[in-house]
Amino acid sequence: MAAVKVPIFMDNHSTTPVDPRVLDAMLPYFREDFGNAASRNHVFGWKAEKAVELAREQVGALIGASAKEIVWTSGATEAINLALKGAAEFYHEKGNHIITGQTEHKATLDTCKRLEKQGCEVTYLPVDQVGSISAQQVADAIKPNTILVALMAANNEIGTVHPIPEIGAAIKAKKKDVLFFVDAVQAAGKVPFDVTESKVDLAALSAHKIYGPKGVGALYVRRKPRVRVVEQIDGGGHERGMRSGTLNVPGIVGFGKAAELSRLERDEEAARLIGLRTRLLTYLQQNLKEVHVNGSMTSRLPGNLNVSFAYVEGEGLMMALKDVAVSSGSACTSASLEPSYVLRALGVGEEMAHSSIRFGIGRFNSEEEIDYVGRHVVEAVSRLREMSPLWEMVQEGIDLKSIQWAAEH
Amino acid sequence: MAYSEKVIEHYENPRNVGSLDKNAEDVGTGLVGAPACGDVMKLQIKVEGGIITDAKFKTFGCGSAIASSSLVTEWVKGMSVDKAMELKNSQIAEELNLPPVKIHCSVLAEDAIKAAIADYKKKQLTKGS
Repeated sequence: MAAVKVPIFMDNHSTTPVDPRVLDAMLPYFREDFGNAASRNHVFGWKAEKAVELAREQVGALIGASAKEIVWTSGATEAINLALKGAAEFYHEKGNHIITGQTEHKATLDTCKRLEKQGCEVTYLPVDQVGSISAQQVADAIKPNTILVALMAANNEIGTVHPIPEIGAAIKAKKKDVLFFVDAVQAAGKVPFDVTESKVDLAALSAHKIYGPKGVGALYVRRKPRVRVVEQIDGGGHERGMRSGTLNVPGIVGFGKAAELSRLERDEEAARLIGLRTRLLTYLQQNLKEVHVNGSMTSRLPGNLNVSFAYVEGEGLMMALKDVAVSSGSACTSASLEPSYVLRALGVGEEMAHSSIRFGIGRFNSEEEIDYVGRHVVEAVSRLREMSPLWEMVQEGIDLKSIQWAAEH
Repeated sequence: MAYSEKVIEHYENPRNVGSLDKNAEDVGTGLVGAPACGDVMKLQIKVEGGIITDAKFKTFGCGSAIASSSLVTEWVKGMSVDKAMELKNSQIAEELNLPPVKIHCSVLAEDAIKAAIADYKKKQLTKGS
């Protein structure tokens, strides 16, 4: 067996390591080519601008957009803020209704909450038991005052991929001038996502989820027909007035390279990741009882595996996996005591949400690492179940639902 | 969030994991918490002549919950029942250096030992009647 280097990073939905090819592309722009892309009258500025424009084409190509439709931001959170706040502000005379989903990222949900305070009306669509929203649901929620639908292409916790092409078609069929914003952070470069095919008007992207650097993202803004957003940061009028601020040239160059690699290698990488995921799940199911998969097994991000190990608490389990970086929907991982709102929206019971672990398998994970993680998870779950009063009660044939549990968190 | 060394030590080498015969007259069982909250502790004591001679626990929960229950079983062994009733969650939290978000784990451990003692005392009353 090949030696495995620890710690193992298997939390690739939170972030990804920078691909060495991406870093190589970035380095000259920290060293000799450090110019400001907005400097129009010397060679340093021209070189920076040329690099930024190449990256614009590379990022555009990843999602079927043209370079001119890409607006650089500091990350996806800013892109989401700009899209939602900027569109709500620009189109406020047309209406004030926004449709989104209950399992969206906090960047979308919290932005929607603020817009509600400012007079917008927001519909939060429920999801089905695998975390999906149907095109019909979206169409049915559209009203005369609806201006925007904001949905993620793929979920960051459970990996569920929404039927974005069908949703885009349904929106435009119902009411042509309703804008479609897609949070494509987890999906772009991992599964097919094309703004033209899906009739998308605005889309948020992030570099560090596709093996690029942190601190750089993009907002796709459709040009034909032209979509407008009111700028949220005032200043020098960069990015055609939509986002002022000196461009992060090395970061943008890295984003471009990362987008190009993801586009060229996507299908091959997806097939490999699905293989690794299947290997891990099969091992877990063969060696442990009561392993429950959260989300869909058919419409899922290739590298995502979210499972609940019944009668074992997620944070306690992660503590046992000290050489493995994964994540949990358990309450204990956050300051609040509530377990994952995403899992709760799927109808996963609170106790099962507390028992969930998210494996995010990525480009640099090997088969040896999968086997190491599988073995350690099985060992840890077995040990913790021996220590679990719930497991003991279930083995004795006691129905846990028949017990009057005292505590309220 | 990093765990304190003492939490890690108890988590990796938990004391007194297991079960006592819950139907025995000299055994008291406390079951506190709820699966929906992510913490359930079962703590059992065996009492001889007013002294806790054995203690066992099983816990569903995070590392701090496991460490809190492990610590309590270690502390109460050899203690009189009356003395064990005086155990405070703040002592557990202090010993394990629990951060504010984990204080509820120590509260649960105090609840667990109190519930086990109450169960034991109830059994003695029934026996006497």
